[in-house]
Amino acid sequence: MALVNLRLRSGYLFLALMFGHIILISAQVNSQQGVPVLESVIFGLFSEVQRGTASGITGVQRLWNGYVWLRGVRAENEQLKQQLEATMVELQQQRTLAERSHRLERLLDLRERASLTTAAAEVIASAATPEFQSVSIDKGEDDGVGRDMAVIAADGVVGRVVIPSARNAKVQLIIDRNAAAGAIIERSRAQGVAVGTGERLLRLEYVSEVADVAEGDVVVSSGLDRIYPKGFVIGRVTKVDPSGTAYRSILVEPAVDFTSLEDVLVVLTPNPQRAAEGFSSAVSKEKRP
Amino acid sequence: MKVAGLVLATALALAVQSSIGRYVGSAAGLDLVLIVVVYSALTFGPVSGLLSGTIAGLVQDAMSTGIIGVGGLAKTVVGFAIGIVGTQFIVEHPLPRFVVFFGASLLHAVLFIGVYAVLGARDFGDPYRRIALPAAINAMVGLLVFKVVDSLPGAEERRHASTRMRR
Repeated sequence: MALVNLRLRSGYLFLALMFGHIILISAQVNSQQGVPVLESVIFGLFSEVQRGTASGITGVQRLWNGYVWLRGVRAENEQLKQQLEATMVELQQQRTLAERSHRLERLLDLRERASLTTAAAEVIASAATPEFQSVSIDKGEDDGVGRDMAVIAADGVVGRVVIPSARNAKVQLIIDRNAAAGAIIERSRAQGVAVGTGERLLRLEYVSEVADVAEGDVVVSSGLDRIYPKGFVIGRVTKVDPSGTAYRSILVEPAVDFTSLEDVLVVLTPNPQRAAEGFSSAVSKEKRP
Repeated sequence: MKVAGLVLATALALAVQSSIGRYVGSAAGLDLVLIVVVYSALTFGPVSGLLSGTIAGLVQDAMSTGIIGVGGLAKTVVGFAIGIVGTQFIVEHPLPRFVVFFGASLLHAVLFIGVYAVLGARDFGDPYRRIALPAAINAMVGLLVFKVVDSLPGAEERRHASTRMRR
């Protein structure tokens, strides 16, 4: 009898929770505008955990690279080898610093050329669910970051802010299935929409069958979506197929390598369409082989 | 103690998931949170399974850019179903555990993608490729998790305690 009661109780609990989930989902589907409060609060809280984890991982890496690993090497080597190892480690650290400085220089250069008000941010975590392509950055509403602000990197367009919290923000990458950006072929000025596939590549949609598009063409943002500033590199055309309809089937390789993304700029300018004309050619020239 | 352990394991899974995703990408479809939910359902029974599924799923939803509740619903069903399976069958050997993890991942993917498809809120492209490979990866990592936890001190006592709890 007790066993039956237990089963019955867990069954009721299951039904109650399912009912709660359905209510929760329905509420969101009916009101698509704005960020749900629950989402914002939980993200705000957990992004602090992500920040802590990122710091912890960096700390462990530093501890390993700077102490444990060196200690192990020291035990195995003679005095000269120790000095050599220490010098090599120092060299690596210098190289890392130089690489970081170079990255930041490129970001600074980008900021100056684009004449946009931006905030530099660091990527602290990636998506918590494998089905979504997003990252968390260490800048939030306290730094002026808001919903639907464009996020760019030295290589090109990264994505847009979808959930800002006080000190962090969630950025939907342009390769996410639900992401899209107004795009233009830089050479022929043919217009289309760059749509994420959830994979490594983007699809360029709504490009006319008669438009002049070739493999290797640079695709830049058109600014028509009123999110991404005009003229920023989205990627390069890798495949063009006549789809048999009024539009062509075009695949685009993103300019940004999302697996090694570390530093980004959040565009704080309210109307990004003010971005300087001619910026696109400067950036794309830099990227051309 | 059990609740604290589950909350800690879920938080750790979320943190690790969002940290390694930067380096390995999300293509593999590994869902560490789902593995924690299945582990808790198999070890502690259907109530623990559905509660941990609800909490972990909702937090994961809130951390993502999708609709809050879809992942929670999918993980609640998976936690409850796997908890029932754990009380009805002996799932203590690698092969049955692999089958359970694989089945749990399949069920989760079908529910997750299915709810989004019903709502018309998201297109997942080729669903077969997005279901089968992640299910196999989750099953293998799930087996590894069980192996690691079983090798920790006090595994025998925990097994007896969880058997009593499930009954």
